[in-house]
Amino acid sequence: MGFLRKVWAIVVKDVAAELHTREMVSAMLVFSVLSLLIFSFALDLRGAVARAAGPGVLWATVAFASTLGLSRSLAREQQSGCIDGLLLAPVDRSAIFFGKALGNLIFMTVVEVVLLPLFSALFDVPLLLPGVLLVVALGTLGYAAVGTLLASIAVNTRAREVMLPVLLLPLAVPLLIAAVQATGRLMEGASLGEVGGWLQLLVIYDLLVVAVSMLTYNYVVEE
Amino acid sequence: MGEKRDVLGLVLALVSAVALMAALGMVFLYAPREAAMGDVQRIFYFHVASAWVGFFAFFVTFLAGIGYLVRGERRWDILALSSVEIGLTFIAMTVITGSLWARPVWGTYWTWEPRLTISAVQLLLYVTYGMLRASVESPERKARFAAVYGIVAFVTVPLSWFAIRWWRTIHPDIMTGGEGMAFTPKMGHTLLAALLAFTLLYATLLRQRIRVERAADALARLRVQRGRLGG
Amino acid sequence: MIELCELAKSFGPRAALAGVSFSVDAGEFVALVGPNGAGKTTLLRILATLIRPTSGEVRIAGLDPAKAGEAVRRCIGFLSHRTLLYEDLTAEQNLRFYARMYDLPDGPARVGELLERVGLTERRHDLVRTFSRGMQQRLAVARAVLPRPQVLLLDEPYTGLDVEAVQALTDLLGELVGEGCTALLTTHDLDRGFAMRRRVVVLSRGWVVYDGSRAGFDLARHRALTAR
Repeated sequence: MGFLRKVWAIVVKDVAAELHTREMVSAMLVFSVLSLLIFSFALDLRGAVARAAGPGVLWATVAFASTLGLSRSLAREQQSGCIDGLLLAPVDRSAIFFGKALGNLIFMTVVEVVLLPLFSALFDVPLLLPGVLLVVALGTLGYAAVGTLLASIAVNTRAREVMLPVLLLPLAVPLLIAAVQATGRLMEGASLGEVGGWLQLLVIYDLLVVAVSMLTYNYVVEE
Repeated sequence: MGEKRDVLGLVLALVSAVALMAALGMVFLYAPREAAMGDVQRIFYFHVASAWVGFFAFFVTFLAGIGYLVRGERRWDILALSSVEIGLTFIAMTVITGSLWARPVWGTYWTWEPRLTISAVQLLLYVTYGMLRASVESPERKARFAAVYGIVAFVTVPLSWFAIRWWRTIHPDIMTGGEGMAFTPKMGHTLLAALLAFTLLYATLLRQRIRVERAADALARLRVQRGRLGG
Repeated sequence: MIELCELAKSFGPRAALAGVSFSVDAGEFVALVGPNGAGKTTLLRILATLIRPTSGEVRIAGLDPAKAGEAVRRCIGFLSHRTLLYEDLTAEQNLRFYARMYDLPDGPARVGELLERVGLTERRHDLVRTFSRGMQQRLAVARAVLPRPQVLLLDEPYTGLDVEAVQALTDLLGELVGEGCTALLTTHDLDRGFAMRRRVVVLSRGWVVYDGSRAGFDLARHRALTAR
């Protein structure tokens, strides 16, 4: 399929550029660690407090750190007019959305791969459970999708990177509530079935934002 | 400009004025005094009506956004932006009346009660919508971005609603006392009257807001024409 | 090859193109000349399917960009003063990426051939951000012609280039046109517009005010000046 090959070409291109500069992932990582540090001062994250506040701290960190990467990822396309290069390619414009979103998903996942074990070790909370990993995967997917759509909008506004978190966070409310709640319940030892409602909400959110983004992306990137 | 007198707008304005007076009368004279909460409960009718109009206004913006993306005509964008502004006013009223109600009943201006919380989320979403519009120069791009944001925002509202509700039922320690209101038929009638009056008010405001925007467009066109002629 | 009929585009109340009609035959190299704000870039970007026109008809190789966007994009090469290159990728990675986006069957071979032709073979593994402006623009030309376009759209490609780079670019474009490519070039610099082009279209405030040869233009300008 030509469509999928082009989506993949965009992903490969983004990963290659990141391998040359490493600026996006390193900024997100350092920011995440700083965020953990600040939260640990602010909330005195130990023992029972860490277990109660842990999911919220984790998702707040992921949400804020990701906006850095998302902004950068789309700003890269604005530099030297590269977005025009993508728009000129003979492919449906939703391929650009999927390529960029998948790239952002990969960068966010890389950060989480470091963040989760670090978080568990620092605050002694059991995060590396299959259920939690599933929630993280679903939450990251939705956030990368809606974030890519909004970052594409934000880079074309006057306020640019300032605009992204403002646009993104109110839309991410259902995702963040579901992810925090599911993570918390799973950490307390709940089974996947017990958090089924939250997982469903995450899946519906993911499907919905991917569908809307796919249908509207053309209007977002067009001049 | 030579626009004719807006008969429909005038009729709408009169009808909604009458309906609002009637609803106000019913709220204070017809509806019974609620046993547990007393007179303060009477704010409930306008609180619910403004929440409804807010949500409905954002629904109109959602539809107008789809209309704009499909057709690309300015009138859909005018409808979307007019509806958002009115919706924001009503949602702000919802949040404020909610706080006023919460104070005497629960002893606090703000509770994370699901309905109040979703109103606050909507308020934030559509304030952001306004910020987005203000931050884009090109009129077409502005309209397209706003349409997309209006669509995404609206589809997340039901999800936020469920998320907030489940979240709150899982932690039942928060006061949710307001649910147990003794609801009588007279209260039902009053609520219906308030809903109707507010919806009419919405239609009136929407019509006038659209006319203002059209006049602004006409003015902008005139300015450009005058510039062309070397003014 | 390119046909425009009553093409109009307005941004809000401001009309960028007021109703432009002209056509370009296959193999022709036409300069679109006009002051800044005349609508040249808008016109070119409509042809490149980057902007939708407000009204009017466009045909490129007989296709309507509004309906057959992908097919139109396949036969267009676009070069502007912005390079459309990723500074954080190497020269070769950039071209290979675009080769994939155009599904070129002979991607790597074509990329090698073009790098040779624009004289960047030795620097192919260097990041584009380390290149001089002239080298970047040469690579941008390679990018534009990579999919062997039938139509080249050139939007002020000379902006920001030094004399040497201008000469190199002119030679390169000359070769391409010699190979049968149709080209439309915008420039605000009248003399550059005339340098090698037989036909010139002058755009002002969204209207075509002149369409013809250079000699004819000089005559018309002389008349306009003396009439005043």
